[in-house]
Amino acid sequence: MAFTVEIAILVGALALTWRYFGSYMAAVYEGRVHFLRWLERPIYRMLSVSESSEQSWRRYLFSLLVFSAVSVAVTFAILVTQGYLPLNPQHLGNVTPALAFNTAVSFVTNTDWQNYAGETTMSYLSQMGALAVQNFVSASVGIAVAIAMVRGFSRKGASSIGNFWVDTVRGILYILLPVSVVMTVVFVWQGAPQTFLGPASVHNVLNGVSQVIPRGPVASQEVIKQFGTNGGGFFNANGAHPYENPTGLTNILSIYLILTIPVALTYTFGKMVGSIREGVGILVAMLALFAATFAFTLVAENGGNPAVAAGGITAVHHGNMVGKEARFGTGNSVLYNVTSTETSTGSVNSSADSYTAVGGLGMMAGMMYGEVSPGGVGSGLYTMLIFAVLTVFISGLMVGRTPEYLRKKIQRTEILWASIGVLVMPITVLILTAITVAIPAGRAATLNAGPHGFSEILYAFTSQGNNNGSAFAGLSSNTDFFNIAGAVAMLLGRFGVMVPVLALGGSLAQKEEVPVTAGTFRTATPMFTGLLVGVILLVGALNFFPAVALGPVAEALVHGRFF
Amino acid sequence: MLLQLRRSIVLVVVFGLFLGLAYPAVEVAAANGIFPARASGSVTRYGSPLIGQDWKGTSWFHGRPDSDNPLATGGTNLGPTSKQLVSFTKRMVAYWHSHGVDPTQELVTTSGSGIDPDISPQSAYVQIPMVSRSTHIPAKSLDNLIASQIHGRQYGILGERYVNVLSLNLALKRLEATVQR
Repeated sequence: MAFTVEIAILVGALALTWRYFGSYMAAVYEGRVHFLRWLERPIYRMLSVSESSEQSWRRYLFSLLVFSAVSVAVTFAILVTQGYLPLNPQHLGNVTPALAFNTAVSFVTNTDWQNYAGETTMSYLSQMGALAVQNFVSASVGIAVAIAMVRGFSRKGASSIGNFWVDTVRGILYILLPVSVVMTVVFVWQGAPQTFLGPASVHNVLNGVSQVIPRGPVASQEVIKQFGTNGGGFFNANGAHPYENPTGLTNILSIYLILTIPVALTYTFGKMVGSIREGVGILVAMLALFAATFAFTLVAENGGNPAVAAGGITAVHHGNMVGKEARFGTGNSVLYNVTSTETSTGSVNSSADSYTAVGGLGMMAGMMYGEVSPGGVGSGLYTMLIFAVLTVFISGLMVGRTPEYLRKKIQRTEILWASIGVLVMPITVLILTAITVAIPAGRAATLNAGPHGFSEILYAFTSQGNNNGSAFAGLSSNTDFFNIAGAVAMLLGRFGVMVPVLALGGSLAQKEEVPVTAGTFRTATPMFTGLLVGVILLVGALNFFPAVALGPVAEALVHGRFF
Repeated sequence: MLLQLRRSIVLVVVFGLFLGLAYPAVEVAAANGIFPARASGSVTRYGSPLIGQDWKGTSWFHGRPDSDNPLATGGTNLGPTSKQLVSFTKRMVAYWHSHGVDPTQELVTTSGSGIDPDISPQSAYVQIPMVSRSTHIPAKSLDNLIASQIHGRQYGILGERYVNVLSLNLALKRLEATVQR
C-alpha cells in the first residue's frame, strides 16, 4: 500500500515537472533565461563564440566530436597521473592506461560503465575534477543534440540547427547546475557525506571490529550522477551504498532526478514544434514501455530466488532479497533499477547480477529497446524521434503515400539516417557479444556458470552499447580485452547514433513544411503512439530474441538445475 | 579545426575548475556548516550507523551475513541458478538453526552494498531466543527493545521498516547494564 502511494506521488511530481520544467527547458534553449548572465557571458567571450551565431549540422557535429575527443584526452590524462596530483588522501596510484581509457570514454559518452571500485581506485581529484565534470558535460551534450534535432522539425528552409557551444553551456548553467547545488544539501541532510577528509578509521570496543571507512565529496557527485542520467557511483556498491543512498527519501529522489529531464524533454519537444500533443504522444509511448517493464520485473522479483529456496528458505513474502538492501526491500529496489536501466543511467541500488532470470531480462529489455523509455537525457528523446520517423515511414508504406512527420516530408535521406541510427546499437552489441563468447579471455571473465554466465557478457555489451553503464557485476571486466572492447561499444553506441541524429536534424531543417490535408497521417493520436510502441518492440525483439533465448530465457526454463 | 580545438580546451578547463573544484568545494563548505556530523560520514566512536559491522557471538543481534568491509563494497553477484548461492544459503540456515533461530531470508542472504547496516524488524525478532539465552535478559524485554528501535517507513511512505543493527546493539548494551544493576 505504502509503495503504491509512493508511486502515485512520484507520478504526480513528474506530471508537474513535465509541464513546468519542460517549458523552462524550452525557454533555456531559446535563450530566454538569463539569471546567470554574469557567468554565461565571460564563458562565451573566452570561447570567442557569439551567442546569436548558428551552425550547420556538420559544423555542430564537428564541434561536438572535437570537444568529446578533448574531453576523453583530458579525463584520461588526469586518471593516469592522479598519483602525482593533489586531493588524494588515500595516496592511490595512477590508473592503468587501459582502465583509464575505458573510464574516460565511459564518462564522456554518458555511459559510466565502471571497471573499477571508486573507493579504492580514484582520488578525490579524479572523482570530482575528471569524472563528475563529465557527468555534467556529457549530459548537457546529450540534451543539446536532442534540441538540435528538434530544431530540425521546427524550422523551415533553414541551413542551421543551433550552436553547439551555446547549447552546451546553457544546459549546464541553467538546467544541471542549479538543481545539483540544491539537491546536494538534501542528500547530505539524509546522511550522504560531503567532505575532503580521508577515510575514517574506527574501532568498536563492543564487537572488536576495526574498519577503514572511505568517504569524500560523495553527495555533490551523487546528485549529478542521477540528474544527468550518468550512473557512475562514487563507491563500488553504487546506489546500494548507504553513503550514496542513505534513506527511502534519497532513493525516491534519485528516481525522480533520473526521470526529470528525459520525461520533461517531451514537453520541451512539443512546445518547440508547436504542438504539445505531439509531445504527449511520444511521452505515452515511453511510459507504456516503462510501466510494462517495471511490472514484469517487479512480479519476477516478488516471486523469490530459486537458489535461496533450494537452500531452505521457502517463504517468499519479501521476494528475492539477494543483493538487495533491507531499507529498500524488493519494491523500491526494482523501481530504482528499472528506472536506471530504462534511462541509460545505470546506477543500481541492488545487485543486478543477483536478480532472478526474468527480473534480469526486464532490466536488459529496457536497454534493448534502444533506451527510449524514457531514455537518457537527450538521447532518449532523439532515439525515440528516430523510431517515430521509422514508424511514419512504415505506416506510409502500408497505406501507399509519402510519409510525413510534423509537416516534414520523410524521404530517402531521412530513412537512410534513421535506419543507421536504429541499427548501429544492435549490431555493435551482438557482434561484440559473439566475439567475446568465442574467445577464452572473454569466457574466463564470467563469475556465474551456465546460461547466467552468458547473460553477464550479453548484459555487459548491451549496457555499454546503449551507454547505460549498469552491469551484471560478477563479470571481471578490468582486463585489456574488456576495457578496449567496451570502449568501442560505448563510442559506437554514443556517436554512431548522434551522427545520424544530427544529419537527420540538418536535413529536416532545410525542408519546407507541407500543408496539413485530410489525407495527412495524424501523429498526435493513440493510433500513432500504439504503432510507435509496436515498431520499437518489434525491432528490439527481432534483434535480440535469439541472444536473450540463450541467456535469461534458458535460465528461467531450467527449473531446479544449478550451475 | 584549430578554432574548435581551442574552444574545446578552453571549455574543458573552465568547466574543470568550475564544476570539478568550485562546485564540490562550495558544497563541502555548505554541508559542514549545516550538517557537520553527516558531512563527514556520521562517524561515532562505535563506527558509523550507516556502515554495517560484523557482530559475532550469541550475545549480540546480527546483521546480514555480509563481508562488512567498507573498502570492498558491493554484492556477491551470485545468480539465481548458482550452486554457490545454494550452498551458502544452506550453510547460513544450518548456522542459525544451531543457535535456535528460525532465520528470515535477510539473515541468510547478502545485500547489495555488502555493508547493509539494517535488518527488517522480523529479522531482529527471530534472534530473541539466541540473545535471551546468552544475555539472560527476558524475551519480553528484548521484544520491547526491538519495538523501540524500529524505524518506520520514512514519512509513513518511503522505503521499508527496518532496525539499525548498531543502534539496536547499543540499546541492548544499555539494557544489559540496567538489568545487572
